[in-house]
Amino acid sequence: MLGYALRRIAGIVPVLLILLTVSFFVIRLAPGGPFAAARALSARTRAELRQRYGLDRPLAVQYAAYLRALAHGDLGRSYSLRDEPVAGLIGAGLPVSAELGAAALALGALSGIALGMAAVLRRGGVIDRALAPLAAVTLALPSFVIGPLLALIVGVWLRWLPVAGWQPDTPRDLVLPAITLALPLIASIARLTRASLLEVLNASYIRTARARGLGRARVLWRHALRPALVPVVSYLGPAATYLVTGSLVVESVFELPGTGRYLVMGAIDRDYTLVMGMVLVYGTLTLLANLGADLLHAWLDPRVRHEAP
Amino acid sequence: MSSIPTSAEAMGAAHEAPALLALHALSVHFAGVPVVDAVSLAVRAGECLGVVGESGAGKSLTFLAALGLAPSAAAVSGRARFGATELIGCTERALDALRGRHIGLVFQDPMGALTPHLRIGAQLTEPILRHTGCSRRAARARALELLEQVRLAAPARCLQQYPHELSGGMRQRVLLAIALSCDPQLLILDEPTTALDVTIQAQILALLAHIKRERRLGLVLVTHDFAALAGLADRVAVMRAGRVIETGSAAQVFHAPRERYTRELLQAAREPAVPGGAPAARGAGAPVLAVEDLTVRYRQRGARRRRGEIVALQAVTVAIAPGESLAVVGESGCGKSTLTRAALRLVGAAHGRIAWLGREVGAWPERRLRALRRDLQLIFQDPLSSLDPRLSVERLVGEPLEIHHGELDAQARATRVAAMLERVGLDPALATRRPHELSGGQCQRVGIARAMILAPRLLVCDEPLSALDVRAQRQIGALLEALRREQGMSVLWVSHDLGAVRRGCERVLVLYQGAMAELAPSEALFSRPLHPYTRALLAAVPVADPDVQPGRLAQVRLTDGEPPPAGGCAFRTRCPQATARCTEQRPPWIEAGAGRWVACHHFERGADGMLRG
Repeated sequence: MLGYALRRIAGIVPVLLILLTVSFFVIRLAPGGPFAAARALSARTRAELRQRYGLDRPLAVQYAAYLRALAHGDLGRSYSLRDEPVAGLIGAGLPVSAELGAAALALGALSGIALGMAAVLRRGGVIDRALAPLAAVTLALPSFVIGPLLALIVGVWLRWLPVAGWQPDTPRDLVLPAITLALPLIASIARLTRASLLEVLNASYIRTARARGLGRARVLWRHALRPALVPVVSYLGPAATYLVTGSLVVESVFELPGTGRYLVMGAIDRDYTLVMGMVLVYGTLTLLANLGADLLHAWLDPRVRHEAP
Repeated sequence: MSSIPTSAEAMGAAHEAPALLALHALSVHFAGVPVVDAVSLAVRAGECLGVVGESGAGKSLTFLAALGLAPSAAAVSGRARFGATELIGCTERALDALRGRHIGLVFQDPMGALTPHLRIGAQLTEPILRHTGCSRRAARARALELLEQVRLAAPARCLQQYPHELSGGMRQRVLLAIALSCDPQLLILDEPTTALDVTIQAQILALLAHIKRERRLGLVLVTHDFAALAGLADRVAVMRAGRVIETGSAAQVFHAPRERYTRELLQAAREPAVPGGAPAARGAGAPVLAVEDLTVRYRQRGARRRRGEIVALQAVTVAIAPGESLAVVGESGCGKSTLTRAALRLVGAAHGRIAWLGREVGAWPERRLRALRRDLQLIFQDPLSSLDPRLSVERLVGEPLEIHHGELDAQARATRVAAMLERVGLDPALATRRPHELSGGQCQRVGIARAMILAPRLLVCDEPLSALDVRAQRQIGALLEALRREQGMSVLWVSHDLGAVRRGCERVLVLYQGAMAELAPSEALFSRPLHPYTRALLAAVPVADPDVQPGRLAQVRLTDGEPPPAGGCAFRTRCPQATARCTEQRPPWIEAGAGRWVACHHFERGADGMLRG
């Protein structure tokens, strides 16, 4: 298991390198450039700026310089945000985004699995019957509708939680954004868990377990739950990708100083260094999430562990 | 060791004991439709009740319902008493105190009956810990003892393994150990040997006979095959369509059955599945299929230490003449399916020469093979899963025509499909059905129609009967034999059961662990088997006769040999005659008479050219 994990972690590096290389060239091939959209700059100023950031050099040279700097941990300076080092921007924003993402993931997985199980335990009960329509509504509503709606009800009318904004060390500020981000996850995971658990409960080994007189609770927790979670875990990879894109909207709806805005800003302003910094961060996170899902899968099912290449 | 009590003695003892489990007018309805209809049965301590019937007779459901394990959609009525406890309407908690503690159950399908993510040790100690409240250490010691009792070769290692690391026979032993773990008074076994090889089946049956003798517990053996009951059951109940149609002592039901249906089931269990007949007119010309030195190796994936090569097939040479029927026989994992797949160029990793209809096709690209494939058709073991569930019977049977006879229009195709359906005994009204709406036997007929519609020169039958009920087995076996004679085609039978192919095949090739053990004309092989492995296979075939079968079971060796290290004779660890030479040298493939070959050191040609055995 440990060897498998190490091999998979080592496998991340080349994937990341390919991702960075493709992004590096694609963003530069896109029409426009860092200073093209800015106020009318004289041709000379623009040339000076390009020279200063090394943008006048051949692409291959820029790429080599980028890799060299990256190897030393230097992500470069933003073009648009007053020469701020990209590493510094990420360092300030990432904790907020990561906290939001982790909270949403935990909330989504735990309550999704709990709801799915509850629906199965009481077949045809309130939760079971409400699950499908509620999930459909939650998945259909975009988070820029759910977010303000929650802020209106919980923040403005009930005054339980702040409407928006963020102060350091105040977890209360993250509650509404995390719920907004987690709702579609809860819906998907609850439905996955329900379907998968129903199937597993029909398996021959569940009948064998019941024939041993183990009792319903033990059969469910010890024999049924782990196999039933396999599809849920496979969904965690795509869920992580959803969290990255979802956080862009949620952070802006709730005015959180996370890193989501840099991705949008960097892309619009053609702020190459900022974009590359964000690609590195989100690429790594997505790959790690997928790796985590695979490792969990191996833990859930010994057959995967033994077949692993 | 005490001798096996005869049925009469057991009956005498049983009559004195009160019933352990007594079912009275037990019925199970699904949506108002009775599936089990007023069944009354009783089992006493020390007695084995055999319940026989075809799939769908409600025999499994009867006992599941009695123990509260029927699907939630089932409406159960009637009474089921275990000792002083009424089981129907009893709470789940009260049932849990009986299940696994006083009543052990073993179900069909050993492959799926163990929880995949838990080690054998955990699953075996679970009921012990729950029901007896002993310490973990004591439970582990008990688990080891149980695995020894079911004769698993390496019990300590087995405790650490996951279910997928064990073979079907090993898993069935583990399930038996779990069922026996708390010393139950009653053991209910639902088709305990159906999914297993004949040799493993013989071992499990012999083990059950041993357990019954040693423990004096009540035993219920549910099966579709009378042969599995012979020598074990003291009383037999025959079920059909949810009702018990005949009950009696084993001697009475086996020797003087009252019901016609019982006689049919008995006859089916006594006759080989594939009927004999005059050999088809032997066509002249090149063999339809010939392989020479065919070897298949797989690279084993896995953790570094376990990586290596598996030789699935070792230098097999055999040819099938036009019109001939050849059987390839051996236990699961012996390479028989690999042989057919490699010979039909369906696996890539084959080395050696392959010839179809006299043409050397080993190196041909797939595109070029396609036209020839029309003449070499396959039918499969699992009739349902080998058919596309979305296609109707008509499309399924007509599809080969679409591929190989593009010149036919829809009308001509439909005519041929209808004629073919009739030929394989399928009602034309079934043409619009989909596979899941058919019975196992009907699905297999669709598979046969699909293969036969191209009028192939060779039909490869890969265990086409083993997923079917005994009667359906005989019907399908007879159909295939009739088709063979009519069409004059060659047939390659693949089977784990020597008994099934006894009469239907002209020659038999016995494979063991990927290598040829014996090749002989059918008659010669059955009357005088040369290889010890062939003899073991023959001895394992159950006989549906309570007077004969106990003696046969008593001779079964209860443990499997561990697979031997490479080199020498692969069978040596299971061979009663193994000598030092068998460990050192691989036995050569030598001719042992007219058309018969064997690979065994106990046969060799002397200086005078005569065979010494």
